[in-house]
Amino acid sequence: MFNANPAAANQRVEDRSILLEFWHYFKQNKGAVLGLAVFVLIVLTALFADFIAPFHYDVTLSELRKLPPAFQSGGDARFWLGTDAIGRDILSRLIYGARYSLFIGLVVVIISMILGVIFGLISGFLGGPVDTLIMRVMDIILSIPSILLALTIIAILQQGIFSAIVAIAVIYQPHFVRLTRAAVLAEKNREYVIASRLAGAGRLRLMIKTILPNCMAPIIVQGTLSFSNAILDIAALGFLGQGVQPPNPEWGTMLAEAREFITSAWWIVTFPGLAILITVLAINLVGDGLRDALDPKMKRS
Amino acid sequence: MLRYIFGKLLYLVPTFLGITIVAFGMIRLLPGDPVIMLAGERGVTPERHAELLAMLGMDKPIWEQYFIYVWNLLHGDFGISFSSKESVLTEFFARFPATLELGLCAMIIAVIVGIPVGVFAAIKRGSWFDQVSMTGALVGYSMPIFWWGLLLIMLFSVFLNLTPVSGRIDLLYFFDTPTGFMLIDSWLSGEKGAFASAVSHLILPSVVLSTIPLAVIARQTRSAMLEVLNEDYVRTARAKGLSPWRVIGLHTLRNALIPVVTTIGLQVSVIITGAVLTENIFSWPGIGKWMVDAVWRRDYFVIQGGLILICVNVMIVNLLVDVLYALINPRIRYS
Repeated sequence: MFNANPAAANQRVEDRSILLEFWHYFKQNKGAVLGLAVFVLIVLTALFADFIAPFHYDVTLSELRKLPPAFQSGGDARFWLGTDAIGRDILSRLIYGARYSLFIGLVVVIISMILGVIFGLISGFLGGPVDTLIMRVMDIILSIPSILLALTIIAILQQGIFSAIVAIAVIYQPHFVRLTRAAVLAEKNREYVIASRLAGAGRLRLMIKTILPNCMAPIIVQGTLSFSNAILDIAALGFLGQGVQPPNPEWGTMLAEAREFITSAWWIVTFPGLAILITVLAINLVGDGLRDALDPKMKRS
Repeated sequence: MLRYIFGKLLYLVPTFLGITIVAFGMIRLLPGDPVIMLAGERGVTPERHAELLAMLGMDKPIWEQYFIYVWNLLHGDFGISFSSKESVLTEFFARFPATLELGLCAMIIAVIVGIPVGVFAAIKRGSWFDQVSMTGALVGYSMPIFWWGLLLIMLFSVFLNLTPVSGRIDLLYFFDTPTGFMLIDSWLSGEKGAFASAVSHLILPSVVLSTIPLAVIARQTRSAMLEVLNEDYVRTARAKGLSPWRVIGLHTLRNALIPVVTTIGLQVSVIITGAVLTENIFSWPGIGKWMVDAVWRRDYFVIQGGLILICVNVMIVNLLVDVLYALINPRIRYS
């Protein structure tokens, strides 16, 4: 195909070759590929929950309470993973629940990443008192144990998804600030940056177009790590009754409701936690693979 | 060395002040009338309202309120719990030993299991032991521990009937608790079976709480060992004909443990976060449960005071870790 803009075409070819190289290293890690496959599956399940789930998460069949899973004697083939204490299909609730974990995790990572990168760029680039102030504030946030800080923020803002998102984003943002700042400090005096400055690039351009793309690798790895941790934290807050409120089918909230059935109905307790574990494990596997593929020190070329 | 410690201590002052600002600001950020939110009295007369406001110290300019607040903190006045009417500091110290006991046990498990596992995984790199233990570590690292606790209760307490479900000791034992550590107190009491009861109550919560630190320490030890095993001095030690145990114990492990000490220090915050969840599952009467209960009751002075006291503890432990780190790594001390 005829291309009117050879520079843009070159750029595209280059982008593709970077992606191919990345994939070449990523796929050598079998665990990471498996994790990615499972993660994609979970994302698709969450997106198409309306079509996949046998029931809506709110459908209550009160005559079919605490039904064991289909594979156990006394189970019903319509309810693969059994029903909960008031007769809702557990599998359907887990499928819808994926939406909460993935959505909240994603929003948390986006907010904390954007804020963290902005503060990190400012801190590393300007230095001086601004740098000291920002880093001190981050030190303070990091010195407070994460769940306690989240609980405190929720106690002030009142319960709910919004408070939980704000709380977890505040906790994770210092990691991005530190990483970005360290990367900026390492890159700031490199020749390509000086060249760009001599060519007349303004501060904003230097920060965002020149330096930032070269700091992205550790930030992306931290992003996946924060994503899995955010899912754990949101579930923990739900479990403590301070996150997503029932009857919404968030996995941690489901576990909180399941606690009293540890003596009578193992499936109500087991499956929501298994969903959390599998999701977090898949993301962590991907994170490990990303780290190996993006870290030039680990490449054996 | 003293200068190093002093420098680290000075560094803590602004962090401490920052945390007091967070805790102080938290109460002021509460929406609504502070008299309703903090004193819990509704529909009062304007005179009573003014009186309560003065009692809360909220009738003064905000900077003065802050200075009074910090002044009180430094004198050990962390406010009064609004549900129990007891001093926050008293409540904290009544519960702190329970959490310390649980946290220490968890940390000991994590270290005495995690480090050997990491070392052997590194020595036998690629073996089945390496693969199984590192897969296990990844699972442990990804574990929602509140669910893990429930699973263990289902298995060991409900199904196998081996361990108790909650609390620190069976209710049939009564004895003085001079130290607050149930293991020591039950031992000292001399009552038959009391110590065994305390141990059986402690096992499951400690295992649950140790899960994530254990996984992190094992992973970190393995990668630190692998890095050191490739160093020239290790090859030299081997070439000299030293026994493999000597090479690993003396030349490799000592250097590999330096980054692991930092990792262990970082787990203190993880342990406290974990304690909040673990204590809730096992009804363990420590500060984690205390804080969550306070959040449920919206007992703001407990939340505020507890936050500061816990952070101070984390800061002290981190200081100790820094000092330990400088002791074993002379490069830090002299830089």
